[in-house]
Amino acid sequence: MAALESTKMSVDHLSAYYGEVRAVENINLQIAERQATAIIGPSGCGKSTLIRCLNRLHETLPGARVEGKVLLDGENLYDLDATLVRRRVGMVFQKPNPFATMSIYGNVSAPLRFNSRLPGEEMDRIVLHSLKRAALWDEVKDRIDAPATSLSGGQQQRLCIARSLAADPEVLLMDEPCSALDPIATAKIEELIAQLKTDYTVVIVTHNMQQAARVADYTAFMYLGKLVEFSPTEDLFERPKEHLTEAYITGRFG
Amino acid sequence: MKFDRHGRRKIFSHSMTVLSGLAVVVILVPLVAVIYEAVVQGGAAFSVTFFTQRPANPCVAHPGIACPLGGVYTPIEGTLELIGLASLVAVPIGIGAAVFTVEYGRNRAIARVISTTADVLSGVPSILAGIFAFTLFLQFDKAIVNSTLDGSLALAVLMIPIVTRTCEEALRTVPESVREAALALGISRWKISVRIVLAAALPGVVTGVLLSVARAAGEAAPLLFTVGNGCLHPLQGINQQGCALPLWIYWGATSATTNWTTLAWGAALLLILMVLAISVTSRLVLNRWVRRTQGG
Repeated sequence: MAALESTKMSVDHLSAYYGEVRAVENINLQIAERQATAIIGPSGCGKSTLIRCLNRLHETLPGARVEGKVLLDGENLYDLDATLVRRRVGMVFQKPNPFATMSIYGNVSAPLRFNSRLPGEEMDRIVLHSLKRAALWDEVKDRIDAPATSLSGGQQQRLCIARSLAADPEVLLMDEPCSALDPIATAKIEELIAQLKTDYTVVIVTHNMQQAARVADYTAFMYLGKLVEFSPTEDLFERPKEHLTEAYITGRFG
Repeated sequence: MKFDRHGRRKIFSHSMTVLSGLAVVVILVPLVAVIYEAVVQGGAAFSVTFFTQRPANPCVAHPGIACPLGGVYTPIEGTLELIGLASLVAVPIGIGAAVFTVEYGRNRAIARVISTTADVLSGVPSILAGIFAFTLFLQFDKAIVNSTLDGSLALAVLMIPIVTRTCEEALRTVPESVREAALALGISRWKISVRIVLAAALPGVVTGVLLSVARAAGEAAPLLFTVGNGCLHPLQGINQQGCALPLWIYWGATSATTNWTTLAWGAALLLILMVLAISVTSRLVLNRWVRRTQGG
């Protein structure tokens, strides 16, 4: 990986709590612009909590709180308006969560309808572009007004990606986006991530080490709320510096 | 010994079956009797003029003197006005309170206070709602005590907790993932609450509103000393005396005049049919919604 990339996000001494429980402990991490960064680690290691701090979603849970900073283009997210932060940092969840009461078009246009006042043609254009970008357009172009729930799981997940893209984010967070999908749907999403990182900074949490190796330029390994190792993906998997990382990637625990 | 125990168990089982069957009959008899009587007696009053005319003056039929019957146009009109005005107050307040407790007030003491208050309020005897509206208006403007306005306030007090509680339940059925999806798109909390969550829960909310309307439409007690008696004359306005179907049933049934008694039976049948229609409609709305949200 070239050293020319600039840093898009910078996690600075970040800790996250659920009540008294500290789920993420004092993490420092640089996220490179227009690259895919994977966060791996066993269940409960805090990787989902960490990613939810990057769009200020963690703090919306009762009793949850965050310490430290997350810089986006040098500005601390936690000094900005949370709603505006979430428009710049989109998120795709583990389980596809389209709005069940809305059509396919309604879902993708939701961020536009609720956050801005765009003329109809402009909205159509963005919806079309977002669906194409999420590699879903060809499958839904004849039934754009059908209920979102009529799509398959993998299609729903790509719909959620299209919906995030319609909000025109700079960073796309993905929290185990394939864990509810079959291998074919998973392959499609992985292919998509490879295309998306030409325009967006992607951060993906995954259980699946092969997936991290396939899609990510950088990989972070977390264990018990701490960041153990963060390196270019190849280095992390082939030449782990930490004993713990090596033990995890060779399947000796986790 | 073994046979004995078996025999006793069989006898016990049979007698309990008979007893619970009897309980069902005991519940059904008054219901069937009331509806049967209302249909027989009230059905006789049904005609076109029953719906278009005001009640005629009280009159006891004698040989050679025919009593005009009139109709229940005024009670119907009065009930629609009362329910309309009461809904205007109760629906926004009820939905607003529900949105606040479910969407904004989670885990906050104030949300629990509101829910508990709504529970207690829904158990308050309805006549107390009447006393509340009566005394409240007495403080401000004695001229509008005994008016449609005062009566509708009493009904609104009864409707608010029903709307609040059913609306809370409907909002809670909307999965948390919907709120998270919307939050992650940078949609404001207010728009998420009203245009996404409330919109998704709308059929449940409509059901709650209809149930509260059905409840309020059948209430006589809170109107007894709040709405006045405007049933015999054209209704003048919401600050004047009003009328309502249940009130008319009360007066007609307790009067000795036969034409009013007949009208009261007709009004009773009409009220039963109205409340039944509202309940069935709300059930249908809810069922269709449940099938759609859980079948997709």
